[in-house]
Amino acid sequence: MTDVDAIDGPSPRQLMLRRARTHPGFLLGGSIVAVLIVSALTAPVIAPHDPYAQDLANRLLPPVWAETGTWDHVFGTDALGRDYLSRLIHGARVSLLIGVCAATGSGVIGTFLGLVAGYFGGRVDSVVSFIISSRLALPVILIALAVVSLFGGHLWIVITVLSLLLWDRFAVVLRSATQQLRSQEFVTAARAMGCSTPRILLAELLPNLVGPLVVVASLEVGHAILLESALSFLGLGVQPPTPSWGLMVAEGKDMIFFDARLIALPGAAIALTVLGVNLVGDGLRDIFAPEGRA
Amino acid sequence: MIDGSPVLSVRNLHVTIPTPTAPFVAVEGVDLEVKAGETLGIVGESGSGKSVSALAVMRLLPPPIMVEADDLRLGDLDLSGLTEHRMADVRGARIGMIFQEPMTALNPVLTVGRQLTETFLRHRGGRRSAARDRAVHLLERVGIPQAADRLRAYPHQLSGGLRQRVMIAMALMCGPDLIIADEPTTALDVTVQAQILDLLAGLQTEHGMAMIFVSHDIGVVARIAHTVQVMHAGRTVEAGSVHDLLARPSHPYTRALLSAIPRPGMRWGRDPLGAVTWTDDGAEAPS
Repeated sequence: MTDVDAIDGPSPRQLMLRRARTHPGFLLGGSIVAVLIVSALTAPVIAPHDPYAQDLANRLLPPVWAETGTWDHVFGTDALGRDYLSRLIHGARVSLLIGVCAATGSGVIGTFLGLVAGYFGGRVDSVVSFIISSRLALPVILIALAVVSLFGGHLWIVITVLSLLLWDRFAVVLRSATQQLRSQEFVTAARAMGCSTPRILLAELLPNLVGPLVVVASLEVGHAILLESALSFLGLGVQPPTPSWGLMVAEGKDMIFFDARLIALPGAAIALTVLGVNLVGDGLRDIFAPEGRA
Repeated sequence: MIDGSPVLSVRNLHVTIPTPTAPFVAVEGVDLEVKAGETLGIVGESGSGKSVSALAVMRLLPPPIMVEADDLRLGDLDLSGLTEHRMADVRGARIGMIFQEPMTALNPVLTVGRQLTETFLRHRGGRRSAARDRAVHLLERVGIPQAADRLRAYPHQLSGGLRQRVMIAMALMCGPDLIIADEPTTALDVTVQAQILDLLAGLQTEHGMAMIFVSHDIGVVARIAHTVQVMHAGRTVEAGSVHDLLARPSHPYTRALLSAIPRPGMRWGRDPLGAVTWTDDGAEAPS
């Protein structure tokens, strides 16, 4: 027999790990995100002070690099005397929670619509395409503002609103990816094996779509974090005294000419987080590259 | 089977594909019949309706395409009367299907083991370990070395021949009455092709199942089939036992197909239908 010498290669997982280890952008973004996740998870332990504890005697203390700064308050204190570093660390929790939950929620909605539209095509596709177009016609920040001002700025309301507004990219990407897959012979083969339609969608097609799904999800995490910051800055997102980076920028904006650190630090935190998340997303795109799947 | 009643019998099959201008009739009045332990070969060129007929039997053609038949039964089960849900119970369990492209007919991101056991668990239920044992047994039977290790392999880690063997094992998982093989050897090189044909013939005698073997290659069909049906433009132009058909082809199209196989001492000429092909040296093309 000539074909018994099977061509053995590394499994897809090994290939992906290998690419991940040699991708500088992914490693940098991954490190940033890892630091953020660790600090968000361990915030109560690593934060030097209670982020809510006000100390009016020590308002607006300068950071450690200023002449009068002390190591007790590394990033100084805000206008109410709360430790800025502690608030930044706790702010990571809010940002990551909103980012991950909103991306998951919108991912579920968008994946469902994209899969169904791409697989069934025809009238179903027309309806879903119409829903996508309608959604794209809505200005996200205005809708979010309107809803949050109607129902209040509770954390879970912000997450729900963002989930309902950010699914478009999932739907668009998964729709076209599914369209390419549905004509593949393995889909017919699965039907010939007696698989039902839900089973083909979830057990046969979805595993093939993990790549684009993860890439879009990571980009949407960044998107959601930015939107939450914007909402909080406008005073309609997370409500004080919860430490949220957007809210911290808003609270610091009156002091911009006197103490720019109050805006610069949370602003940098937002930028760094979104940068890290986007680098991870871009890296994942390269790692899941289709040419890797020979 | 001793009584010789057909496993599959299809009478007057029509497949119509609606197009914006006029409906296109892809298959017109085709009868198919295959008994247990026998192989029916369906030969024809691309677009002759052979694959469409096979998919119509499985009821796998998507909705706008209309399939009609006076009779479409598997054993004593009327397939045309089944709901889609009941039909899904038949597919994979009582009819196994083997596809042309082993590259694309296996899901690239699922392991071979998962794809094999999934079918079995779907139809037969039971424990995962039982399904695994059956998968290993069948992989060994279809000639895959280190079968237990191969369960963890992904399709791209196997060669084309091995992948086609996996497809065959998958079709056999539930012990079907009928195997429909749609050009199963076309994508393989000639030596592997011969091995796969031998394997299919061996498995058939072992399990006594019926088989429909679709191919454009009359040489391959001659090697494996007991009865042959030649299709052209959606109709059966000639049918009969493989021996009679090869010895005395009565239809010009069958003769054209046969003369398309080059032999030593042939030269380029015109076939009975007027197309350029190999003809016997010096001999006048039959008209």
